[in-house]
Amino acid sequence: MNKALYSNLVFDLSRKGCTGYSLPHYDYGKAAGELPENLRRQTPPSLPEIDEPSAVRHYTNSSNNNFGVDTGFYPLGSCTMKYNPKINEAAVAMAGIAPLHPLQPVETVQGALRVYRTLEKALSEIGGMAEFTLNPFAGAHGEYTGLMVIRRYHMARGDEARRRVIVPDSAHGTNPASAAMAGFDIVEVKSMPDGTVDIADLDSKLDETIAAVMMTNPNTVGMFEKGIPEIAEMVHKAGALLYYDGANLNPMLGIARPGDMGFDVMHINLHKTFSTPHGGGGPGAGPVGVRAGLEEYLPNPRVSELPDGTLAIDFGADAFGRVGAWLGNFTVYIKAFAYILSLGSENLMRVGPLATLNANYIMHSLSDLYEQPIAGPCKHEFVFDGLRDKSTGVTTLHVAKALLDYGFHAPTIYFPLLFHESLMIEPTETESRPTLDAFIATMRKIALEASAEPDTVKNAPYTTPISHPDEDEAALNPVVTYRQLCAKQI
Amino acid sequence: MEKIYYRSSHEYIKADGTTGYVGISEYAAKQLGVVTYVDMPEADDEFGAGEEFGAIESRKAASDLFAPVDCTVLEVNEDLESNPKLINENPLEAWIMKVEISDPSQLDDLMDQEAYDAFCASEQH
Amino acid sequence: MSRHPYLPHTEEDIQTMLGRCGATTLDDLYADVPDALRLKEPYRLPAPMSEPELERYFADIASQNRRLLCFAGAGFYNHYTPAAIPSLMARSEFLTAYTPYQPEISQGTLQYIFEYQSMMAELTGLDISNASMYDGATATAEAMLMAVNSVRKKRRILVASTVAPAVQQVLATYAAGPGITIEVIPEDGGVTDRTAFEAMLGAGDVAGVIVSQPNYYGIVEDYDGWADTCHSSKALLIMNCHASTLGALRSPGEWGADIACGEAQSLGMPLNYGGPYLGYLCCRENLIRKMPGRIVGATTDAEGRRSFVLTLQAREQHIRRQKATSNICSNQGIMTLHAAFYLALMGAEGLRKVNTLSYNAAHALADALCDTGMMRLKYPDKPFFNEFAIETIEPLSADALLAACLKKGILAGVRLSDSSILVAATEMNSPADIALCAETVKSLKS
Repeated sequence: MNKALYSNLVFDLSRKGCTGYSLPHYDYGKAAGELPENLRRQTPPSLPEIDEPSAVRHYTNSSNNNFGVDTGFYPLGSCTMKYNPKINEAAVAMAGIAPLHPLQPVETVQGALRVYRTLEKALSEIGGMAEFTLNPFAGAHGEYTGLMVIRRYHMARGDEARRRVIVPDSAHGTNPASAAMAGFDIVEVKSMPDGTVDIADLDSKLDETIAAVMMTNPNTVGMFEKGIPEIAEMVHKAGALLYYDGANLNPMLGIARPGDMGFDVMHINLHKTFSTPHGGGGPGAGPVGVRAGLEEYLPNPRVSELPDGTLAIDFGADAFGRVGAWLGNFTVYIKAFAYILSLGSENLMRVGPLATLNANYIMHSLSDLYEQPIAGPCKHEFVFDGLRDKSTGVTTLHVAKALLDYGFHAPTIYFPLLFHESLMIEPTETESRPTLDAFIATMRKIALEASAEPDTVKNAPYTTPISHPDEDEAALNPVVTYRQLCAKQI
Repeated sequence: MEKIYYRSSHEYIKADGTTGYVGISEYAAKQLGVVTYVDMPEADDEFGAGEEFGAIESRKAASDLFAPVDCTVLEVNEDLESNPKLINENPLEAWIMKVEISDPSQLDDLMDQEAYDAFCASEQH
Repeated sequence: MSRHPYLPHTEEDIQTMLGRCGATTLDDLYADVPDALRLKEPYRLPAPMSEPELERYFADIASQNRRLLCFAGAGFYNHYTPAAIPSLMARSEFLTAYTPYQPEISQGTLQYIFEYQSMMAELTGLDISNASMYDGATATAEAMLMAVNSVRKKRRILVASTVAPAVQQVLATYAAGPGITIEVIPEDGGVTDRTAFEAMLGAGDVAGVIVSQPNYYGIVEDYDGWADTCHSSKALLIMNCHASTLGALRSPGEWGADIACGEAQSLGMPLNYGGPYLGYLCCRENLIRKMPGRIVGATTDAEGRRSFVLTLQAREQHIRRQKATSNICSNQGIMTLHAAFYLALMGAEGLRKVNTLSYNAAHALADALCDTGMMRLKYPDKPFFNEFAIETIEPLSADALLAACLKKGILAGVRLSDSSILVAATEMNSPADIALCAETVKSLKS
């Protein structure tokens, strides 16, 4: 690729008089009167003028500066970057969804509603829940939705003093943020040295002010919370509900269901466990499931089935509210549903164990060179606390950047916060043994190089389109639009 | 005579009579890395001891700031708006707010330099 | 053991790998999961489907969906999608990437988000944009939270009753957690009652005022002086606008608004039965630290090359946890590529043409429907854009009209009441489409 020619912003390619659109010249008969002057835009927006071939080439070349799951191994812990099957994308086109207006009569969208309802039921089966709403747009949005269900449940019981939510110190940052948005105060519970929740600490914090306890299982260090039956009992005895952060559901496929573990409310990230592409940040989907007795509090609108099998849209009086304009990111459901249908029951049962095998395989192949702070088999992911050899000054950040030169995405770094040098690896079940072996070999090479020639590792990456961007400067003097960029002349 | 006191959340207050300058300690500035933004209060805001009065951000971290004593804001350090890095260069000079101390006897509840140094040493382990 | 294309291990792979882990069976890796919790039988789900079977399945789904000639709007509009856009969005380098945490190998994503931010700031006439919200309704809810967080101790938000009902419901939901009081400014003749607004604002304690443009009835409201009035009470003016119309209508920046937010689906995104769409959120520069969600910034790398990075992350949940400006993490991601690419291809001129065509189509349709003698505009003296509220004249009812049109494959609009509907038109509706709709209504005369 010719960097000089193709590293522009689309604005740099603008040429006055160029056209990139193709619009009809309809004549609607007598001219409509114009809008009053003061309601019309005074200055036109400064947008590029570009022909279609130049624009297509611009974005095509720009895509070459990107790395996706289709490009290479993406062991980004906590993000479950599994392969995104191509039939999923084709299914969206086949299902005839594109022209459907959200407010067209239900009898004309029975196919769409069938997808919603059937996927909802499949997720209920997998989660061990009574019912799901698919409306939330993303995982964090699902957390918020689930917590609002819990809030509504306590209020319906007149139990208004429950204004606090317990969150482990190892939790994803979205947990406390979502609880805060739902109006709860946060109580943090400590982790044991093995990364699991300190049950005694949890017990001491459970009282009549606690609305819910949020848990991730396996947790963010990839360990199964063995104490979960005891925890569920304690939480329920205290009158609180137990929330399952489904970000780490993948290793539980085929093994155990959150509902059976005693969880009352859960969300699932369809863009993690159910293979829908992450699109460089979205759109995702964060369906929320509830145990029997909480269904009525799920947000509106709801899709329901009439006795004759046709599907309807309802607005329930007991719903806590509404979390979006309609039924969520619809095409994402089709992709997730195609994935479930393709694997079928028997292959879904194998997803969790194979994901766990891959994680353990990498962990066992590297723990002589990287510090493994927690012993024992991990689940779908695990955390190293940096390199074993701490004398070289080569940090987790350096290892992450060095991997980029070898055609691998970096693992998640500096999360969870339990360790200083967290390097969190999640391979997923869709990676082959040769891929894992190549990754292992590279990680070993970097570790050995860190001891032999630390500066070589510290200065990586060498082969990427950019290297060592000045992120402090970006935060100190934010330049977030082309207009600002021109003023600053970067 | 100006004297410096510290809170366990790493704010200092340099007090002279009922006037005080509040900022973050050298130890805290070092932990935070390059400071990119300080969320400051406004003049005349009143805070109780331990109450949050603002926040300080680096690229990878953010900390809330807590008032060491009951106080009323007289002035904020406007230089920090355009140049928050001053805090890294000299945290003890780059105060965040100048305050009127409501009850100077509350200063006795804070740590002096020696006690604070010992406190930081223990935190590092 | 069955084979599946997404599961690459052979039986031999599994045995070799288990060996390295010191395990004999896959079950050994789950020794820590109590037996009582273990699944005792496979999921009660169908057997695997091959790709040909999946194609049949989804073709059957498609047969239960009906494509209609669309005159419905109510916030979601059937605009033209340039063919180049879906083609580019399918590129897996874009589509299968995660959030751009590693800027060195994510310049593609970061660059289109930067372009998107730049173009949305231009369109709204404001200084900055974030990297997207879920949809127009949640973007408006986040704008409300921003307003409350940017002032100390003010908890009232005023919302015009001409804001779409679904948006109002989402606002009410999001207000519950932080204990915000929402009060609805009444409407008068299809537009927000200015006297009521000033009285409600004058009562004090208002953090923000939310209005929409065009409003739910398609009317273009006159907000002259509203920003000054808000600012004199230290309240923010928040405008919820359909993105496409900003190419023709006075922008939120030009009205003096502090925050612009809303649905960007109208930038040529397929209707897709409700999503994915794109919520946008733009504001003045002084509010940047209160902005929720991701923001991409420009900087330089070690060799002085222009580079893009995620910036101002200290606002976000992974750093500030419960003190974050929002919990949003995954957003609408690649839909910002759609918006940026669309705005680049259209340019200001293309956008103007889309708006002119839509405006003319809607006005032609309104005239044609009124000419049937069976309908009349609900707010005849108010300027509307590409959507209007129209009443049926007895004995015709809204339901009868909608049903008759549906029989002909026409989605004539969205029902407002027993005797009124909301009708929209765009550049996708030809003069013949409009004639067909009017003829269908006329045929009900007998």
